[in-house]
Amino acid sequence: MTATGQGIALFAGIAGVLVIASTIGVMLQRREATTGRNAVIENLNSRIKTWWAILLALWLAFWLGDAGAIALFGLASFASLREFLTLTPTRRADHLALAIAFFVVLPFQYYLIWIRWYELFLIFIPVYAFLLLPIVAALRGDTAGFMPRVAEVQWGLMICVFCLSHVPALLTLDIPGYEGRHLLLIGFLIIVVQFNDVLQYVWGKLFGRHKIAPQVSPSKTVEGLVGGVLSATLVGVGLWWITPFSPWQAGAIALVINLMGFFGGLVMSAIKRDRGVKDWGQTLKGHGGILDRLDSVVFAAPIFFHLTRYWWAA
Amino acid sequence: MIVTAAVTGFARCFTGVRAHWLGCAPALVPRIYFANHTSHVDFVLIWTVLPPAQRRVVRPVACADYWLANRLRRLVSEQFFRAVLIYRNPEPLRHPIGLMANVLDAGSSLIVFPEGTRKTGPERLLPFKSGLYHLARSRPHVELVPVWIENLSRVMPKGEIVPVPLLCSVTFGAPLRMFDGEDKTAFLDRTRHALLELRRDRNIAP
Repeated sequence: MTATGQGIALFAGIAGVLVIASTIGVMLQRREATTGRNAVIENLNSRIKTWWAILLALWLAFWLGDAGAIALFGLASFASLREFLTLTPTRRADHLALAIAFFVVLPFQYYLIWIRWYELFLIFIPVYAFLLLPIVAALRGDTAGFMPRVAEVQWGLMICVFCLSHVPALLTLDIPGYEGRHLLLIGFLIIVVQFNDVLQYVWGKLFGRHKIAPQVSPSKTVEGLVGGVLSATLVGVGLWWITPFSPWQAGAIALVINLMGFFGGLVMSAIKRDRGVKDWGQTLKGHGGILDRLDSVVFAAPIFFHLTRYWWAA
Repeated sequence: MIVTAAVTGFARCFTGVRAHWLGCAPALVPRIYFANHTSHVDFVLIWTVLPPAQRRVVRPVACADYWLANRLRRLVSEQFFRAVLIYRNPEPLRHPIGLMANVLDAGSSLIVFPEGTRKTGPERLLPFKSGLYHLARSRPHVELVPVWIENLSRVMPKGEIVPVPLLCSVTFGAPLRMFDGEDKTAFLDRTRHALLELRRDRNIAP
């Protein structure tokens, strides 16, 4: 099958899954209509509707090719960083540093992917932004809470820009025998990690009994974790044909990124809990903010990128 | 129409602004929306989240010294937003309260910022100037709606040139009216308190 053919098959498959999910959602809604409103089912249905919108956005980006994928994740970084910094206690003295983070650092990081300057892509935020932004903040003279302010802005850049930019950076990998199919590799990462989130939610809702970290995230259960990670790993095995991996390798990599995805959700929940909010934003109806949807991808993407690069790239 | 779409579209994309109608629903009756003042573009955010029908009949009260300072600002404020422009030091011929009351009589709503100036310090909300009291007393039947603008002061603090994209929200509270014979201090305290009640603090430093 050609790369385009595989892409079409992939999107058709996801659309099929969403058709089934939407049908189940409508049936549950009908059944509950007699007994009154059910918040869980209403939330489920608005989540499914949002999934259709996300699928449409991904399809549009992939249809535009590499530039579309880089632009889509650049926008996702922008939205995530905005959500993160909205909930970060910055002061007026940070204003210029924040403007530079949004309008210089973020676009430049994605530009580096476009021109395939790998070495600078790797160190631009961890070295240059890391040293430059505190200088800008210090020059404004306000020392109150200086260290936490500077550290949190850098952390936001690492999570929302640096880590997330590893998704489109997959396009730059030179994998022998995989030419022209890199968008499918992005598809593999996104589909497996998002299925992991969804399946953890489903397993947790159906069988969840034992909470893993009640102080951090009361919705995460052992049953949800084990069932979700294992079934999403099977999804990864089933998608080996769009990757440069064998079925066994696809399964092993899926297991690693699913575990990273789980812990990403846990870490980001800890931050939200500390800030006293349930969601990062309200952009995605039913899900919360963009960062609520991407927290797992953010933690999985760099590991996925480097595993693939180390063992498969030329 | 295109300009309206461009302005509201930009405001929405940049600040992701959301409206929370907590105490009332949008209505076409003349109202006085009174809000916290954080930047010169506060009213743009309120204007953006109002439904189109309300947007057409609402007029911001703005500072003439700023908005008439050059031709572009004059065009934007007078032609586009139909702002009611008030001089900081009124000349004898221009009575700001009378000007605003006439706008209400003509069926429009007003957006006012009773603090009078944008905050620069750590205070959440400065004490209200007496303008709101005099306006309310001259038209006691008009509803006063408190409107809390969250986070815009971080997007564009006083004295900064480049705005930073952060999520903003606009919260509309329950309408108030002046009591019979309510004195100035009590009225300004009550309205200021109603506005402070709408804050959506989320651990954000001032």
